Amino acid sequence: MKRILSLLLMLTIVLCCTLALSGCKKYDGEINVYNWGEYVNDGSDGTMDVIAEFEERYNIKVNYTTYESNEEMYSILSSSNSSYDIIVPSDYMIEKLIAEDLLRPINFDNVPNYSNIAEEYKNMSFDPDNKFSVPYSWGVVALCYNTTMVEGEVKGFSDLWREDLSGNILMFNNSRDAMAIAMQMCDISPSAPTKEDIDKAFDKLMEQKPLLKRYAMDQTFTEMEGSQAAIAPYYAGDILTMMSNNEELSYCLPEEGSNLFVDSMCIPKSSQNPELAEKFINFMLEGEVAAANNTYIGYSSPNTAALALMDEEITSNELIYPSKEYLDKCYTFSNISDDVYSYMQEKFIEVQAE
Amino acid sequence: MKSKKLALPYILWMFVFTLVPLVLVISYAIRDENGNFTLEFLAKAMKYGDVFFYSLWVAALSTVICLLLAYPISYIISRSKERTQRTLTMLIMVPMWMNFLLRIYAWVILLQTNGPVASLFSLFGIKLQLIGNTGAVVLGMVYEYLPFMILPLYTVMGKIDNSLIEAAQDLGSNKFNVIRKVVFPLTVPGIISGVTMVFVPATSTFLVSQYLGGTDNIMIGDVIEKVFWTDKNTGSAIALCLMVVILLCIIVMNRFGDEEAVGI
Repeated sequence: MKRILSLLLMLTIVLCCTLALSGCKKYDGEINVYNWGEYVNDGSDGTMDVIAEFEERYNIKVNYTTYESNEEMYSILSSSNSSYDIIVPSDYMIEKLIAEDLLRPINFDNVPNYSNIAEEYKNMSFDPDNKFSVPYSWGVVALCYNTTMVEGEVKGFSDLWREDLSGNILMFNNSRDAMAIAMQMCDISPSAPTKEDIDKAFDKLMEQKPLLKRYAMDQTFTEMEGSQAAIAPYYAGDILTMMSNNEELSYCLPEEGSNLFVDSMCIPKSSQNPELAEKFINFMLEGEVAAANNTYIGYSSPNTAALALMDEEITSNELIYPSKEYLDKCYTFSNISDDVYSYMQEKFIEVQAE
Repeated sequence: MKSKKLALPYILWMFVFTLVPLVLVISYAIRDENGNFTLEFLAKAMKYGDVFFYSLWVAALSTVICLLLAYPISYIISRSKERTQRTLTMLIMVPMWMNFLLRIYAWVILLQTNGPVASLFSLFGIKLQLIGNTGAVVLGMVYEYLPFMILPLYTVMGKIDNSLIEAAQDLGSNKFNVIRKVVFPLTVPGIISGVTMVFVPATSTFLVSQYLGGTDNIMIGDVIEKVFWTDKNTGSAIALCLMVVILLCIIVMNRFGDEEAVGI
């Protein structure tokens, strides 16, 4: 009897907790937002909980879920009956989604704040008429290195092949980014590679493999912050985070130029509430909201109104906002055919499995 | 009849969440996009044979080490006083309440270059590379799955009647023979469920090797995940091969177990 009682008690506690958390508020509507992990200000830095602010102002419930890669998002979007209202894919994925007719044109009459977006981030190559996407944030791939472990200067991606750093180098554990760096080393433009280009990059990666400590994505944070590895390529916004956690770290914008990525908000064709989604996009483009959001996530903002409000120390940081000359040296990824992409993925696994 | 009705929700659950996905995996593995039967993807999966056997080898090694460690521990626990038993099983369970990833992170920090363990060894002038090799991966797996070996063993051992052991002793068995002729045959079911619970997840995990391994420690789970990004068919084919191999292992083991049980 005692046991059953205590069991019941436990269940009640759990139930109460969940009920208390879920609340019983009545909303006027609901939207499903599908974004990258760690890619929105959750208010933990004391500025603005962006999602909560939106819910409160418009009395619309936001179901916020996250993904880890463009490919994960794509497979959920294309193979299930999901109905997301907002997604935030990167450049090449937007091109793919447009080509496959999975996006709904945005009604820009409902998004007056679109005027806040800087001209250079309008009509980008992946959406030339700018019908489907609104830039959320952007960044470049850069190098993070430990000043106490690397002797001499770090100039660019070629340093990831340096013999004297053997055993202390990290490399992207995702095919597109890793292959792109290898292609740059072979003087191939990584924008839209062919199978021959991939074969060359494969050889270059095989050459690098014995020098590596490991292939890493999220582990890059622990490795670099704990001074366990000397040098790693990663996304600029995240390098800034690592640097704030370890004073020995520094960054380098690769002299070869680098990958410029732009993540944009889009509305999938399957969206049930496109008007609410447009309201959400418009809200995210407000100067104050975008400023708080981009300050928190660390990636660069394409929003001029937000830039004016942001801390001078951030907007003048060359890693996050590289000069125009540097950005001209950068390239963006284009959509590649499924066939070539699987080949690239296969070759990358082969590098790791050999 | 009544019991069948009660089982209905479970059967439905199994059908929707086990059988249907399984059929989908098989169908992806052996059919091309036009729905025709093809062995192309299974042939492609063969390319990852090396990784496949490496994973099986690491999982088997971890399982054996788990068994060797867990057997005496479980025996000691099951022969101690009831109060102590409860405390000890609790102590084994407590780490499992913590998030898996956190525990792996803890090992990363313990084993890292110039980390606590490495510093300890260097006091004696021994320089060791503790992380980024197969040893670290096996250590991580053993740590992760040890409780899953101890618990079934302990449950089985707790049921062994003490008088059986006393009888063997009265009949002149030494300690070794008591274990070999009495305890061991009675614990075979526990060993089998323990081995299954460790070996099966250890084969397909990839988190441990991603965090504790180096460039050469890619596991089949990692390959499946990556292949799935762009090619569901080949990914399913590898998963299918893995399932078949694991199934064979379990069948062989159960056969062996049945013979042992009959042998008493």
